[in-house]
Amino acid sequence: MVSGIERKPNVLLSTVSSDSHTWNLVYLKLLLEEHGYRVSCLGACVPDDLLIGTARRQRPDAIVISSVNGHGAMDGARVARALREDPMTAPIPLVIGGKLGLAGSDDELLRRRLRHAGYTAVFGDTDAGKLIGTLAGLIRSEARVARRLEAVA
Amino acid sequence: MISGADDAVDLHDYVMRAAVDGELVVQPRMGMASPRRMSDGLRAVAAAAARTVGTITLDSYTRVGDEDGARRALAQGLELNGYPIVAHGPQVTASVAAAGGAGMPVQVRHGSAVPGDIFAAIAGAGLTATEGGPVSYCLPYSRMPLAVSVDNWRQSCETLAEADAHLETFAGCMMGQLCPPAMLVALSVLEGMFFWQHGIRCISLSYAQQTHAGQDEEAVAALRDLTSQYLPHARTHVVIYTYMGVYPRTPHGALTLLGESARLAVRSGASRLIVKTAAEAHRIPAVAENVTALEHAAMAALGVVPVATVSDTGIYAQAKALVDNVLSLDADLGRALVDAFAHGYLDVPYCLHPDNAGQARSYLDPAGRLGWSELGSLPLHGVVERHHAGRITSSTLMSALSHVQHAFDTEALEQPMRAIGGGS
Repeated sequence: MVSGIERKPNVLLSTVSSDSHTWNLVYLKLLLEEHGYRVSCLGACVPDDLLIGTARRQRPDAIVISSVNGHGAMDGARVARALREDPMTAPIPLVIGGKLGLAGSDDELLRRRLRHAGYTAVFGDTDAGKLIGTLAGLIRSEARVARRLEAVA
Repeated sequence: MISGADDAVDLHDYVMRAAVDGELVVQPRMGMASPRRMSDGLRAVAAAAARTVGTITLDSYTRVGDEDGARRALAQGLELNGYPIVAHGPQVTASVAAAGGAGMPVQVRHGSAVPGDIFAAIAGAGLTATEGGPVSYCLPYSRMPLAVSVDNWRQSCETLAEADAHLETFAGCMMGQLCPPAMLVALSVLEGMFFWQHGIRCISLSYAQQTHAGQDEEAVAALRDLTSQYLPHARTHVVIYTYMGVYPRTPHGALTLLGESARLAVRSGASRLIVKTAAEAHRIPAVAENVTALEHAAMAALGVVPVATVSDTGIYAQAKALVDNVLSLDADLGRALVDAFAHGYLDVPYCLHPDNAGQARSYLDPAGRLGWSELGSLPLHGVVERHHAGRITSSTLMSALSHVQHAFDTEALEQPMRAIGGGS
């Protein structure tokens, strides 16, 4: 079965449980909408179970997490593991960016830990431009995988 | 309950007497965990060369109702980012508050959407002045449902009303920037009316300095006008907050912006100013930095006269339309506020709280005036012109957020180097 109708891809945009900053989310919401995404944004201080529950309900094409309070790596790793453990949310492309550690996000160890926790891509706090390119690729490839699975089923 | 009320001076009376003397009252934000350091801070504020009000700012644990967290941090000797009023108890707090002397009022600042225990602690220590609001301390930084915040604040106001307290609205600030002034004015009036409905008789209405002095003067005139109409029997005054958005990084830029806010306060007929320091963009200020800011603001206010007339770009009409619409929804202000936000009849641009519609958007024009680029469901169609073409995009958001910082730092860098007076 092939769908001939192009719909706008959905992105679930969130921050981590300890982070009350929101201007970074406002910026990303605008950026994603300008690039044709429909964005659902959860606001400040998002508890893990709210993020997971919303992802299960919405089945977005991608989950984007942004955090700037320096605790994003810790909180982000935890929620990524939970998202990857849940069979409904496990296949959803998952990326994180911002100021993720107290010493900045350039720490290669921090990025590796986050990828190990389940993130497909990790961005520093000035990489928002790369986000769009990466997302497009992730969503296209995920859609290809889904179509192949449907064809085989 | 400790009765300090007989000795402590009433905040509003103090402000009114200063106004009669032609002096602007200035106040810092300040909070330390240790009673000794908090007392020293209040003493320094009282001793400043300015007509001051002292502040006790609470810590983050206390703000979210995590009293155990505050107690644990105290027990471990950790430095909290404010004064844990519930953990310290009424006797200690009363004695701390008295440190600045009987002649200086003290206000407790907190930022809590669950203020019940905090307000009980305030009253228990014989203090009478605090601030906030069900909308302004819920929508910007918490996830708490607005209806729950409203219930919390209903009960908390009634606690304070018994102590004859003074409540200041925080709604003149909201996200701190990029909110068209008419919305801030309307929300400040509505929070004030909520306080009145729940027994508070002495109320100050806040307005935060924005991006354009002339627009701000018009906004404060609208705020005063609406306050006299909708809170005719309350004892009220207007308090200005020095710019609450991304702050200048240079000392000169920071103090110039502060001076502008002091001028705004006097020109617009406000009576009190909450200052920002030169440290604002970098760290929590030291006491000496706060004292410098207080004295700088007081000096900047000297010789300034209230303006007789302001422009009319429609701020009064917009704010009145917003307020009247909310009042038409329900006689109970709390229910009316919840209803209004649910329908988008009140909508704060760029506020991501689940109960904020987020359809209304603002923009900054080349002169620095804030306007509406999208109205969403706000009842302002026909009252205001939308400027969709000017709307903020991802490319322009950063510069809009940094507009004031950039303007004041650039001006500072263009000045020849000069020594800034004041302590370290």
